Amino acid sequence: MKLHEYQAKALLAKYGVPVPRGRVASTAEEAAAVASELEKPVVVKAQAHTGGRGKGGGVKLAASPAEARAAAAAIIGMQLVTHQTGPQGLPVHSVLVEEQIEIARELYLSVIIDNSAGMPVVIASAAGGMDIEEVAATTPDQIFQQRVDPTVGFQGYQARALAFATGLEGDLLRPATALMSALVRAFEENDASLAEINPLVVTTDGRVLAADAKFSIDDNADYRQRASFDARDRSQEDAREVEAQDHGIENYVKLDGNIGCLVNGAGLAMATMDAIMFEGGSPANFLDIGTQNNPDAVVAALRIIGADPDVSAVLVNIFGGLARTDIIAEGVVIAKREGYIPQPTVVRLAGTNVEAGMKVLDDSGIELLRADGFAEAARMAVKAAG
Amino acid sequence: MGVLLNEDTRLLIQGMGAAGAREARNSLDYGTTVVAGVTPGRGGQEIEGVPVFNTVRQAVEATGANASLIFVPAPGAADAILEAADSGIPVAICITEGIPVRDMVAVKRYLRGSSTRLIGPNCPGVINPMARSRAGIMPVDVYMPGSVGVISRSGTLVYEAVDQLTRLGIGQSGSVGVGGDPIIGTSQREALELFENDPDTAAVVLIGEIGGTAEQEAAEYLTQMKKPVAAFIAGATAPPGRRMGHAGAIIAGKAGTAEAKKLALLQAGAAIAQSPSDIGSTMQTLLKERGLL
Repeated sequence: MKLHEYQAKALLAKYGVPVPRGRVASTAEEAAAVASELEKPVVVKAQAHTGGRGKGGGVKLAASPAEARAAAAAIIGMQLVTHQTGPQGLPVHSVLVEEQIEIARELYLSVIIDNSAGMPVVIASAAGGMDIEEVAATTPDQIFQQRVDPTVGFQGYQARALAFATGLEGDLLRPATALMSALVRAFEENDASLAEINPLVVTTDGRVLAADAKFSIDDNADYRQRASFDARDRSQEDAREVEAQDHGIENYVKLDGNIGCLVNGAGLAMATMDAIMFEGGSPANFLDIGTQNNPDAVVAALRIIGADPDVSAVLVNIFGGLARTDIIAEGVVIAKREGYIPQPTVVRLAGTNVEAGMKVLDDSGIELLRADGFAEAARMAVKAAG
Repeated sequence: MGVLLNEDTRLLIQGMGAAGAREARNSLDYGTTVVAGVTPGRGGQEIEGVPVFNTVRQAVEATGANASLIFVPAPGAADAILEAADSGIPVAICITEGIPVRDMVAVKRYLRGSSTRLIGPNCPGVINPMARSRAGIMPVDVYMPGSVGVISRSGTLVYEAVDQLTRLGIGQSGSVGVGGDPIIGTSQREALELFENDPDTAAVVLIGEIGGTAEQEAAEYLTQMKKPVAAFIAGATAPPGRRMGHAGAIIAGKAGTAEAKKLALLQAGAAIAQSPSDIGSTMQTLLKERGLL
């Protein structure tokens, strides 16, 4: 789950990470009020879960409260389109109004999980404000890393090593290392999967500040990060994906094609998409039904797939392990009977209770396209989708 | 022989709830020696004819259990893995999905100083069809004893690959589901090493997916292997930046793409199946080329 910039900064500030003065506003009037309180020129930033907001017209400078009002009026309510959002963009319901800062230097700082090492890693670079992957690809010697061993935590010498490597020396050393330690603490205590400050800035008056912040929280930790998950902004997510989640289907991702997919297992679901593409078609969604042994979940999933106007054929591909094919089959039959999936539907069942599953389909008398193998199922679905 | 499980495996199941009990039954029916269950507070009971204990240590002492299959729900799963390790269980296989990464950071670090090998979490488990030893949730009908090892991040793709192999008359020495999470106990590279060193395995199917760099690390080891490897990478059509079900399956950067992984494995000498329906036939061709079929 992603936090908005204003939420991320509030959280980081709580841990002692210095951030520019400012506040979130959801109307132009509020934005003007924040600007007058700050008594300084401000920057008005669209709050949306995407990078590249400036280029998309989501970030504006304002010299006065009146200008802040105008900037906020232009930004709030817009669909912000960036290179990350796709053509439909993301809705903007609020802006962060912050003091403008005089920047002397821009750096990069983040904490992520290093999968291979099995622990968090702190990454710093003197090349700030840029796409860090670009930096990693072109000048890998500009990237410095320190792993956070969970037995002892992030140490002072590690913070100093990163600070010296990125030129945060002299009077900057103490505030920089304190900021790094605070960022790591925020990462760990909040079950973060990403905590990124890009750019980390040194101001002309010698302060070290988080000028921007991205913070993502491990979805698996929702049960113990309630406060953050309660503040989740669902408007930044695809409406169908939100509906699927409301029905307990965590793993639905909307895609561009026209073949709706219901599969069990993430790997098989990805492979099903690959097989469809291999046969010349295109998937309308990724959907891993998981091991929900309950026909209602299957019906709910098929209802979401069937209601997608892009879908012209449905492919159900199940290889039962913990999931039982007979229960999936019952769900398919109910969804067909109720008219939730009027599209031609290809069903391929294998694995646990497959004979019972086949019987459920046979006995239903419902018209279904039945496939034996994987490739055949994909081929039939592509043909049915036209 | 075979990897991780064999004729001497005495299986313990942590979490004898509905799923644990059902899989205890399925493994018993397959011929696996299931000696104990552990559910705190249910010690002294019997479920599916298997004695249940309150703690793993009690179960080990009473039954000589030497492998544990873990079904404990996510909030308590890390605790269960550590309990297995602390009780000296050599192989712990964790099926549980949805364990917070922070918990796995601690578990992974703890296990570094331990003799316990963890498989998973978020995996289908391990099976040795020759020994009829099953610690997992896989459907057994698709398996056939033989000499091909199967490694996968995804559960259902293991079944798919094994099914394809069996339909072609190619049996398996075992399958290891390493798990779909970002932090796992045993990597694809380590699983390859297990099969490389297993005298009953002649060739290996490796099924990876998008996200992370585990396949590239496996490819590094692959260059030193004597046994042939056929590989498939799922997620060629997945959009970047979106998590595809598995917490580990998200493309962040070029190394995480299916294309980059396929290339690394190809350059390391693996035969690549381009379509998921060609995993079995790719292995068949490979075995014929090497005179193994």
